[in-house]
Amino acid sequence: MIELQHINKTFQLGDQTVHALDDVSLLIDKGEYISVMGPSGSGKSTLLNVLGLLDQPNDGHYLLEGTDTTQLSEPERARYRRDHIGFVFQSYHLVNRLNARENIELPLVLAGIPPKERAPRVDEMLQRLSLTPRADHLPNQLSGGQRQRVAIGRAIIMKPQILLADEPTGNLDSKSGADVIELLEELNQQQGITLLIVTHDAAVGQRAHRRIRMVDGRIDTDKNGA
Amino acid sequence: MRTADLLRFDFQVLNRHRFRALMMLIAMSIGVAAVNLLTGLGEGAKAFVLGEFSMLGKNTLIMLPGKKETSGGMPPMMGAAPRDITLQDAEAMRRLSGVVQIAPLIVGMSEVSYGSRNREVMIAGTTASYFSIRQLSIRQGTALPEVPSDVASPVCVIGWKVKQEIFGERPALGQWLKAGDRRFRVVGIMDAKGQALGMDMNDLMLIPVASAQALFNQEGLFRVMIEVQSADMVKKTKQRVIDTMKLRHEGDEDVTVITQDSILAAFNKILDTMTLAVGGIGAISLLVAGILIMNVTLIAVTQRTKEIGLLKAIGATDRDVLQIFLTEATLMAVLGALLGVILSETALFIGRVIFPDIGFHTPPWAMVMSVVIAIVTSVLFAWGPSRRAARMEPVNALQGRN
Repeated sequence: MIELQHINKTFQLGDQTVHALDDVSLLIDKGEYISVMGPSGSGKSTLLNVLGLLDQPNDGHYLLEGTDTTQLSEPERARYRRDHIGFVFQSYHLVNRLNARENIELPLVLAGIPPKERAPRVDEMLQRLSLTPRADHLPNQLSGGQRQRVAIGRAIIMKPQILLADEPTGNLDSKSGADVIELLEELNQQQGITLLIVTHDAAVGQRAHRRIRMVDGRIDTDKNGA
Repeated sequence: MRTADLLRFDFQVLNRHRFRALMMLIAMSIGVAAVNLLTGLGEGAKAFVLGEFSMLGKNTLIMLPGKKETSGGMPPMMGAAPRDITLQDAEAMRRLSGVVQIAPLIVGMSEVSYGSRNREVMIAGTTASYFSIRQLSIRQGTALPEVPSDVASPVCVIGWKVKQEIFGERPALGQWLKAGDRRFRVVGIMDAKGQALGMDMNDLMLIPVASAQALFNQEGLFRVMIEVQSADMVKKTKQRVIDTMKLRHEGDEDVTVITQDSILAAFNKILDTMTLAVGGIGAISLLVAGILIMNVTLIAVTQRTKEIGLLKAIGATDRDVLQIFLTEATLMAVLGALLGVILSETALFIGRVIFPDIGFHTPPWAMVMSVVIAIVTSVLFAWGPSRRAARMEPVNALQGRN
């Protein structure tokens, strides 16, 4: 359902051209659990951004469920992000003035879903993330693990097929980190969400069924199985 | 995004940045209040001045010696005339068709005394007709006697203020006043009336015109008030007056005849320009407020780069982001404008309480314009920064780069 064909992405850094993605081709099936590892600057975050339609490749094609996303207009790409893709970031990216409930609700608000429909969906999500007692707390009143759970709730409230996590445990202690990984894996196993985690943490990376290692903008190894 | 959600979202932003929002509100409201206040003051002054001049009555002509342009503004109070207007000239006007009555006028200052009290008072020599032309009412006693205008008699009618200053609480009727080297018996006291045509009717003493000619040793008249039958005959009568005077003055057209309309038109023009000018000054402060909104929006966009990136990552389109920021600026403008209107209305209300004579009112066009300009400038000035926010690449914005 995800197909990258000869994707190139270059950056201009001063007078140097950096090849963040160098002719990357990749096929991802629905429901896969993939980790992407590699040294800093190997292009793994760029890969994630391209997959998440946050960044556009210089050339190549990116087929998402048969649609060539490189041909889409800006509002269409925004719509794809909204309906098909969920993001989890290392630094959570919660909106500080909004409480946990409002942060989770935000994608529904942007999608123009009426408040009556929103409330039960958010309630259910809070329940599932064991955040109901914290619903009215602002992000700065929550622990790191709780914040990341809010962020995950926000990522999956629109029921996306793909969940992209960029160093989701990077800012967390090992206990909360393990909780977050467990939650993500649960979503992958129970709901069949395609899960892609970019990480530095080998322990986290090893848990994935499919492990991609990137070096210098290329896919170095792509291993399947436990 | 639904409108209600958009508004709620932006209200949350404003609430979060209360201080910033407050500063913008103050700037905007001062701008709007300035426009409303200044035009309100201008309109008040205009209404006041025009009110003074419309006391003349629509069908009154004023003839004064000397040829002056009447359309360009107010004629000078004292003009050097080549030839005096005499009492006979004035009487000739009375006989013209369309003229109801006339009142000659001679004005001068003289020391008026009673017993040990004396003061400088403006004295107007005129006839009984003056009272009905100027709609003066008598509080006590009578008006000037109905006698031919060339008959001098030692009587006077005094204004309320003159009465108070010279007689105090003592009765004035029947008492003899000394003015210059002559004595006048007080036969009437006028009702309190405001300033009109530069003359304070309260601080005035009226005597028969022939007495004034003798007192001031002056033949020529200062003014002749001519009351015409109806307002639509004013123009024709005015021409008739000029033609007759021309005949009487050997073919020289050396009098000026003014009508209330010509005075009002001239003042209207001047005062409108003034109102527009002060309103313009207010509009500049609005512009300044608009620029402030632009800068604040720019700062907001910079501060909230990451949030913009996030909004885009979770599905906001460029248009959504643009809307969020423009709505925020518009909200500020609308709230600021409302506050400004309330401020200026309160100030003008207080002004009306303190100066009940002057009707300080912001004209509706100024109020509408100030609010419209406030909103339009805010949206225009916020457009650039908001578009910048909308166009950010999500990946860059998320990392705080723009």
